[in-house]
Amino acid sequence: MSPRRPRDDTRPWAGGYYPYDLVKELCIATGVIGLLAVLLTILFSSPDDRPSTVAQWSRSLPVNFLATAAKELNGTSDTAEYGPPYNHNGEGQQAWILKPQKWLGVSHPIDTAQAYVIEPLRTVTGDPTLASALARYRAAPEQTKKAWATAYAKPLEEYEAAKEEEKPLPRTVAEQRGTGRVIVTAPGSGPVPTMMEGLVSLAQSGGLEGSLLTSRQFFQTDYTKPLLLMADGGLLEERAQAQHLLGEQWGLMNETGSYPGQPWLWLYALWYQVEPFKASENADILVMLVMGVLSLAFIVVPFIPVINRIPRWIPIYRLIWREHYAAAAGGGGGGGGGDASPR
Amino acid sequence: MSAPAATPPSGAATEGDPRSWTVKLRRRAVAALPPEKLLPDGQPTYVASWIYVFGVASIASLIVVIASGCILTLKGPAWWHFTSVGHFFNSIHLWSVELFFFVMVVHLWGKYWMAAWRGGRARVWITGAIVFLVAIPAALTGYVSQQNFDAQWISTQAKDAMNSVGIGAFFNLTNFGQMYSYHVLLLPVAVVVLVSAHVLLVRRHGVVPPIELDKKLPARAGGSGPAAAPEPPPEPSPSPEPTA
Repeated sequence: MSPRRPRDDTRPWAGGYYPYDLVKELCIATGVIGLLAVLLTILFSSPDDRPSTVAQWSRSLPVNFLATAAKELNGTSDTAEYGPPYNHNGEGQQAWILKPQKWLGVSHPIDTAQAYVIEPLRTVTGDPTLASALARYRAAPEQTKKAWATAYAKPLEEYEAAKEEEKPLPRTVAEQRGTGRVIVTAPGSGPVPTMMEGLVSLAQSGGLEGSLLTSRQFFQTDYTKPLLLMADGGLLEERAQAQHLLGEQWGLMNETGSYPGQPWLWLYALWYQVEPFKASENADILVMLVMGVLSLAFIVVPFIPVINRIPRWIPIYRLIWREHYAAAAGGGGGGGGGDASPR
Repeated sequence: MSAPAATPPSGAATEGDPRSWTVKLRRRAVAALPPEKLLPDGQPTYVASWIYVFGVASIASLIVVIASGCILTLKGPAWWHFTSVGHFFNSIHLWSVELFFFVMVVHLWGKYWMAAWRGGRARVWITGAIVFLVAIPAALTGYVSQQNFDAQWISTQAKDAMNSVGIGAFFNLTNFGQMYSYHVLLLPVAVVVLVSAHVLLVRRHGVVPPIELDKKLPARAGGSGPAAAPEPPPEPSPSPEPTA
């Protein structure tokens, strides 16, 4: 039988030991950490800003809601053009020959026109004008549908742009203060204005959220559709900017209020602030790849030349083990063993 | 089914039917980690620095994280929004997570400057590093399970990174049910299993000894520790570090 090589190749410690109660130490540490958590709770509590709703959005920013809905209808919203995993309307991000977004395919299919406009409007009953407009729209050829939706979206986009740039607002869009009603003058938009009037009414009543969550079963836990619709609009971003949560505000690691958030994501957030990632259309995959490589490197630090020697060159260990070295130098009981790993 | 034995089975690690899988597992477990090594009541004298506190503080924080999380789980994900008691425990959960990451990062840095992978301890470092990396999505899924504005914003923003590398196909940040399952079951189990492996490896290999100074001190000069277990003879084996 050949001698087995021991797994532990460090020469055993041959110096002194001191009594040590492992279990007691863990219990005391748990108590201290628990008390510290309670103290921080009493001092700072935790943030809980109420979530936004589609109803709230359509009431407070009806023009933005309609502009977003029009883009969902004509297929130009962020979600409509996203690509996998929601649809085939985009390639997704890529890095060199790597296209994992495309390779994994459409796992959560969303046809934005159907999901956000047509299907919700089909649930509305008792409105013959709306039903007639919807029937007309659905019977039209695809090209005509697109032309109507784009004609309707155009004045809304111009209004939104003018508002953002603080320019005079175009008269093609009139927002009635207090009622949340929006009159859009959009020649060539066919039945779309009637449909959109019905949609904003449905949204303001809270019915659109329920419609977006309805699927083949009673219980629901998937908020993908309403969240993507709201992300296409401006309300979430407006709130996020006020709370310093945008990407350029290092928002990845922040949370609402002045709470620490996820500071361990600082390196991940850092890449989005610098070129070439900052301006790249493929920033997400590039940052993920960089972080993937760095994470792997972190795991295999013991095997990376230079990196695994730095602790010997910058002798912080002398501070950590100063008592041991002092005892060893003075011939005290701290000597013995030490690092005898092969070099 | 075998007939009842006339005598009770032996509990000794070295006895029992050698063909029994249970006996084989017991023998291997006891050989790898004898009780005095698993739960020592003495530490080498070089373990004398505040930096060592951060290892046990990491485990202590994890215990508080799990305990507060269990209380929140008992009452469901919406409880903390409309009761002050729920909000209190949510706050404890949040702050214990912040403490967990803080002490874990200090612990990791401490171990880096000790070159704690020396002496065949690379797996100790590797499991510790993976714990840190797995804890990040464990926390992220918690943030997106909060059912508040933070959850809305973080999920809609972070989804792009997940989707860009294809992870979004099976890790959909905007699917509350899926994220909640990851947060209260899959990822905590992964963290606990990894931490357990990490601690067992630490106990098996012992606390990394100090880096040698100018001259080597005599080895095996007479251990006197109350937990001094019989050690295998020192034999060289490959070290992850390059030769100096």
